[in-house]
Amino acid sequence: MSEPARDASEPVVQLEHVTLAQRGVPILSDVSLELAQDDYLAILGPNGGGKTTLLRVILGLAEPDSGSVRVLGGPPGRAAGQVGYVPQHVRFDLDFPIRVMDVVRMGRLAACGAFRRFRPEDEDASHEALARVEMADLAGRPIGALSGGQRQRVLIARALAMQPRILLMDEPMASLDERMGRNLWELLEELSRQMAVVLVSHDIGAISHYVRSVACLNVSLHGHPARELSVEALESAYGCPIELLAHGHPHRVLAPHGEGGTS
Amino acid sequence: MIEALEFGFFQRVVLAGLLASVACGVVGTYVVAKRISTLAGGVSHAAFGGVGLGYWLGFSPMLGAAGFGLLASLAIGTAWRRLGSGLDTMTSMVWALGMALGILFVAMAPGYAPDLMSFLFGSLLFVPWDYVAVVAALDVVVLLAVFFLGKEFQAVSFDDEFAEVAGVPVERTFLLLLALTALTVVTLIRVVGVILAIALLTIPAMIARHWSDSLHGMMGIAIPTCAACVLAGLFASYGLSTSGLSLPPGPLVIVIAASAYALSAFCRHLRIRSTG
Repeated sequence: MSEPARDASEPVVQLEHVTLAQRGVPILSDVSLELAQDDYLAILGPNGGGKTTLLRVILGLAEPDSGSVRVLGGPPGRAAGQVGYVPQHVRFDLDFPIRVMDVVRMGRLAACGAFRRFRPEDEDASHEALARVEMADLAGRPIGALSGGQRQRVLIARALAMQPRILLMDEPMASLDERMGRNLWELLEELSRQMAVVLVSHDIGAISHYVRSVACLNVSLHGHPARELSVEALESAYGCPIELLAHGHPHRVLAPHGEGGTS
Repeated sequence: MIEALEFGFFQRVVLAGLLASVACGVVGTYVVAKRISTLAGGVSHAAFGGVGLGYWLGFSPMLGAAGFGLLASLAIGTAWRRLGSGLDTMTSMVWALGMALGILFVAMAPGYAPDLMSFLFGSLLFVPWDYVAVVAALDVVVLLAVFFLGKEFQAVSFDDEFAEVAGVPVERTFLLLLALTALTVVTLIRVVGVILAIALLTIPAMIARHWSDSLHGMMGIAIPTCAACVLAGLFASYGLSTSGLSLPPGPLVIVIAASAYALSAFCRHLRIRSTG
């Protein structure tokens, strides 16, 4: 079977009627989502709304009870190495004996392949990724000796080192200071021209004018991903009245107060 | 004391101890870094079931130990990956089950098991050449595995979820690492016995952790540290026996290793204080 030809209009991620429950509690219910190569999507929603689980489904780390998932034209596990991931929580042991550069190089595992050492191009990609998050001078630092924000930047660099076709980020701004947060928005803007970017947040205020579309997730997906975010979609996702603040920027995503709202 | 080296049996013991230190330092580093020493402890005790089976059915108890150790490590490892939680209870169950089976098998064996104590506490002083060959073979397997799959082992130990995202076959890699751990533990049983094997596996790597922030660095320190502890225990046992006090080397090795750990922790404390 030959590799199907990929054109830009073909969706890179395709979820159809995805439903997933954990211990009888519904986490995702009938979620359908399509993502194109040039998409730059923010998923908003309250805590426990299933945002992280949705990313894990796309990554193949969680299997839905029903519905279909296709990533880059195949089942999600097959796309390993082409989907970059920045998790929200540090899952690993901070006392683990490993240095920043070794963590970032993990992003090169798929490109390099098993049974051999990292190649010069893997080293280059890792250095470049570290430089992009301004962590190049801390490459030799043990991971346990970093601050929360520095660690977050290392995890972003690890995902960038993959040079992925899809980049999934779970609350990427959470522990960054204002300057680094702004830098990351700029970096994401640049990256979103090379790859599909999805970021997840529970903080409506965190979504800047950079994002090209917004969807709301609270177990089910509210409103189709759209450039303008409607108050109805937000309110049904959060289950409470919400006021939108306009950014006063020509590319704003959030609709001005009252325009699409009920108040 | 050095005249001990003139004896052929002592040369074999020293050689076996030095060779075992290589696998011990490499595998112990992963065990300490990933904090799976309880799992390794379960494996070493479960291996006793194989020792008992060997006695009962009349085949090599070490072969039985290797089989049971591998089985236990794969069972615990699979349960860990599939069940997630419940690892500690699963480990203690396998731990106790292996010991219980061992005791039952030994009870069913005809006659009585004369050197059962040597499996519980080690018997370095009677090392045949084929054991030396087995340890050398284990070293080759462990070093080859780390040479070819070192970056995968590191990824799986550090962050298995991202390893999966990065396309590493996590379960297979982790089970291979556990299988190497089981084989190393079983090899160390010969040196210090079922009960103490886990201490010899972990203490040198814990000392190495004081002085290194990378897996390779830890291995480079843990191997000579393990070798030094084993040699010190052997020579101490020999030296004391010439002055009329007969003590088994296995427990001496562990006492020396634990003392070295305390000394290392103290030195590290001093260094951290002096560098602020």
